[in-house]
Amino acid sequence: MAMITDHILTWVTFVPLLGAVALWLFGRREGPARIFALAVSLVDFVLSLHLWFHFDAARGDDQFVERVAWIGNGQVSYHLGCDGISLVLALLTTFLGPLIILSTWKAITSRVREFLAFFLLLQTAMLGTFLARDMLLFYVFWEAMLIPMYFIIGIWGGQRRIYAAVKFFIFTMVGSVFMLVGILYLFFQSGSMELTSFLNLNLEHNAQLWLFAAFFLAFAIKVPVFPLHTWLPDAHVEAPTAGSVVLAGVLLKMGTYGMLRFAMPLFPQGVAYFAPAVSILAVIGIIYGALVALVQPDIKKLVAYSSVSHLGFVVLGLFSLNSLGVAGGVFQMLAHGLSTGALFLLVGVIYERRHTREISEFGGLAHVMPLYATFFMIATLASIGLPGLAGFVGEFTILLGTFTSEFLPAARVMAILAATGVVLGAFFMLWMVQRVFFGRLANDANKNLPDLSWREVVVLVPLLVFMFVLGVHPGLVLDKVDLSIQKVLAPLEAQLVPHSPAGHAAIPGGGEEGAPAILLVNSDAEDLR
Amino acid sequence: MQSEILLRWIVLVPLLGAVVNGLLNRRLAKRVSGFIACAAIGVSFGLSVVVFLRLTGMDAEARVVNDILGTWLQIGGFHVDIGFAMDPLSAVMALVVTGVGFLIHIYSLGYMAHDDGFQRYFAYLNLFVFAMMTLVLGENLVMLFVGWEGVGLCSYLLIGFWFNDQANASAGKKAFIVNRIGDFGFLIGLFLIGANLLPHLAPGEGVFSFAILQHHAHLLAPAATGICLLLFLGATGKSAQIPLYIWLPDAMAGPTPVSALIHAATMVTAGVYMIARLNFLFVLSPTAMAVVAAVGAVTAIFAATIALTQNDIKKVLAYSTVSQLGYMMLACGVGAFTVGIFHLMTHAFFKALLFLGSGSVIHAMSNEQDMRVMGGLRSKLPVTYATFMTATLAIAGVFPLAGFFSKDEILWKAWESGNTVLWAIGFLAAGLTAFYMMRLVVLTFFGENRASSEVRSHIHESPATMTGPLVILAVLSVVGGWIGWPHFMGGGAWFENWLAPVFAVGEHGVAAHGAVAHHAADSTMEWTLAVVSVLWAVLGLILGWFVYYRRAAIADSFRKAGGGFVYRVLLNKYYVDEAYDAAFIRPGYRFSRQVLWKSVDAGLIDGLLVNGSALVVYLLGSVLRLFQNGMIRFYAWTFTIGVAVFVLYLSFSS
Repeated sequence: MAMITDHILTWVTFVPLLGAVALWLFGRREGPARIFALAVSLVDFVLSLHLWFHFDAARGDDQFVERVAWIGNGQVSYHLGCDGISLVLALLTTFLGPLIILSTWKAITSRVREFLAFFLLLQTAMLGTFLARDMLLFYVFWEAMLIPMYFIIGIWGGQRRIYAAVKFFIFTMVGSVFMLVGILYLFFQSGSMELTSFLNLNLEHNAQLWLFAAFFLAFAIKVPVFPLHTWLPDAHVEAPTAGSVVLAGVLLKMGTYGMLRFAMPLFPQGVAYFAPAVSILAVIGIIYGALVALVQPDIKKLVAYSSVSHLGFVVLGLFSLNSLGVAGGVFQMLAHGLSTGALFLLVGVIYERRHTREISEFGGLAHVMPLYATFFMIATLASIGLPGLAGFVGEFTILLGTFTSEFLPAARVMAILAATGVVLGAFFMLWMVQRVFFGRLANDANKNLPDLSWREVVVLVPLLVFMFVLGVHPGLVLDKVDLSIQKVLAPLEAQLVPHSPAGHAAIPGGGEEGAPAILLVNSDAEDLR
Repeated sequence: MQSEILLRWIVLVPLLGAVVNGLLNRRLAKRVSGFIACAAIGVSFGLSVVVFLRLTGMDAEARVVNDILGTWLQIGGFHVDIGFAMDPLSAVMALVVTGVGFLIHIYSLGYMAHDDGFQRYFAYLNLFVFAMMTLVLGENLVMLFVGWEGVGLCSYLLIGFWFNDQANASAGKKAFIVNRIGDFGFLIGLFLIGANLLPHLAPGEGVFSFAILQHHAHLLAPAATGICLLLFLGATGKSAQIPLYIWLPDAMAGPTPVSALIHAATMVTAGVYMIARLNFLFVLSPTAMAVVAAVGAVTAIFAATIALTQNDIKKVLAYSTVSQLGYMMLACGVGAFTVGIFHLMTHAFFKALLFLGSGSVIHAMSNEQDMRVMGGLRSKLPVTYATFMTATLAIAGVFPLAGFFSKDEILWKAWESGNTVLWAIGFLAAGLTAFYMMRLVVLTFFGENRASSEVRSHIHESPATMTGPLVILAVLSVVGGWIGWPHFMGGGAWFENWLAPVFAVGEHGVAAHGAVAHHAADSTMEWTLAVVSVLWAVLGLILGWFVYYRRAAIADSFRKAGGGFVYRVLLNKYYVDEAYDAAFIRPGYRFSRQVLWKSVDAGLIDGLLVNGSALVVYLLGSVLRLFQNGMIRFYAWTFTIGVAVFVLYLSFSS
């Protein structure tokens, strides 16, 4: 046991990879391959539970650390660590894994072995991304994720799968290249790829601005932040259900995670300079995503655009730069993973039965598929932030954090505009639900649709249960991440000065024209009193 | 503050009922399902009575018990509890909600007996009581908001209960969305409270707890107008006031007992409750109070005029509810919170009775709701008729029925506030109320029956499960007002005394603002106004009787007056729905579709920027065609090799 627990992060990260290799080598027969992949993902989930139960929330630092010199004299090292933020995201990944594999039982019928191997490879890449503490290691995982995802969309996707896969690949690639340049620059400055050594650099103002921009671009494409989002609807629509679930459930969070872990603490002056612009983009994304979702004729595309809106909330929360907003942002990552993951699974269920996702093809489904309708309704309510379900906690704390932000200019206006997304979100989701589930069962093709099977119930129930659990008892997650967030924000707080009504504050060690926007007197706030 | 563990069970037992009925659903026999649902609410009512009695045994100033279950949110110093509290105000609400709720559950046993979704119906109904009790007993503003959204959800589910008809589903969705617009205001109001209070609190102090809010109210004074107006926007949604009342008439698509419980007696009064609960905040802003009073008064008369012309029996009652809620708002706005809550209670009795009575009528008429084909039901539905007539007299404000005491006192407080315009509007609306109610009674119960012979042959009085609650509510509609028998008539005004500790700050606050010039008013004026308003109500009733029973020709001439213009405007509800549709919904949809999706997303971003830069790259790339073979695998390999080279470089550079 000690062999496992002493290297628990390595095990959690690489067990899926081992599984993938084994599948590649031995997984000739379809049935056993499925069961094997499922078992591997379950083992990985159980291993990750060790992290959950042994994580000391009273400390905000990295735990279970593993560090081995890799290249050079420790300039590059194999360095894994896990703080509260990484913990909850890693758990989300390992939790969704078995459910996603189970969901492919009937949906993926060709080249099953390859699919499962790619999926397990993807798991390793995502887990590594969340746990790496060496920038090169991080970058390797970050890019490694692209390859399996590219093939999952490109091989098992819909009609325009090649277009969507290439678009996904190129978008992400373009952003990553800039980040790579940034990482190299930092490496040549510090002589090491360690995240901590990057954090200790005293970068000059202009460098911080450029580096922030480079990192932010890579992460913003992944989130995606408006206007870099157009790859997402295509990727979602063309991807097989499992691909969409993992994309919405985990992959998008790599972007917001990257912002919080790297872009923000490394370049405080970049944050100070760009935060107003970022939060404006976030607010635009919230409203824009909701409005465009409203008019989608395809259920899956509608849910995809809703992700643009929901991730806008996450970004807004992170850049409120206070503990409420950031905690809300982290929480919303999980909540969105649960609700949107469930929604994509549910869309997959109906697609498997009818091979269409056009809203106009449906209507009155609640008559023939009452259980399906109930599950869909619960996921919808979680998605639109109904209190008692997980989504509300995230939205509420993000908006409250933004509204009370001391750093963001016009913070209150931002929060108010973002809150309109709450109204619009309810509108487009409930309207879709109405058109799909209510009314007469008019279309003959829907007359004999079977309700959820046992396997589908087993896939969905864990997600639904956790929507309730996190909604009623958000402390389960918030207690784990509270101190870690404070630690990540610490370098920022040392450099950011809240704008005071007198307006004479300045950034210590900042440039001459440093971050003017963030220090402006918050005149809008005064008006609103 | 004493701890009282029973509080959580008042809330949770209905939830338990909902879960059992929801999970087992069709596997439960209807009898078992109905019994569980009714028992859950019965227990909840019983426990409410027990805690209420405990409160009565305590000193007037100390009448608060609470039950904190634990922490809901704890981020840094920000803290929100999951907890419940009962003081005299929430005790009144709890008794009304569970009491009337219990009667309506019993009634539903009969009304829904033949419905396929019987178990689902009772699951929703129990869930509603759970949410409503969370709203009422919540210890802090966030808990109240949780309940607030929860009742909205149940309302949505129950309005669209018969979802086979898209119109019902649309009505449910409309209710949810319009309420969300109000909730948007509510949320921003909460944030504004947080922004003003958080910097002054010790870490871990529950910023939204009512006790803390009241204690620190002075810190909120500078922002009070903004906070209160935003919260009031929420109240206009939930309590169906201008400009967000539009969902309530459509909400009549739900089963009639739901209309009685949710859309008349309890949920729609949540806005009034919230304002009364935060009375110490609202009185800090005379502007907000004036807005509340004005919106209430205008809504009262506006909805009453629409009620004059509606032909659907439930639509008349719906607009009547909007109008009566306006009275409650008017009361709160002039600082008479006690009276607002008093009217909330009496209205719960007689309006629930009116809806249940209309349900009995609809039941008898084979689901017909159009009064134009009713008539003459008096003899065939004697119990329904007698109880309905009682409620009509009560809502009209005839002495000594419940409605008289509460409505008369609202008008008196409006008069006393010195704003005679408010009083006049309320007075006028009171006359209209009596008139349209008598119109409804005549069209339904008097004259010849105008239904087809097929329908007529099926007309029958409802079963005892339905008439029983009617009789009990009729008794309450008569005697329910007596607990507020005013001083000037030699009464003890028990109700006012009971609520006095809750509103001590609020009502004193208004007095301090100088709104009440002559507090020790002479009772002569009070007597005069009371007599006038009773006479006015009776006049309204008689006119209604005369016009619609004796001289139907007069009604026709009303319709044709002014070329029928006035009648058409009223019948079409001032075309407000159409105006909203034309101003917001259609342009919003078209903008989203044509501009945002087709032009910006597909055209500008994807077409011009993404594919445009791809094109530029392609043109440049034709020069470097060797490397550009369009194979993604080639790119991937190049990339992989690139990384490998880089890693090698690092290894050797050390």
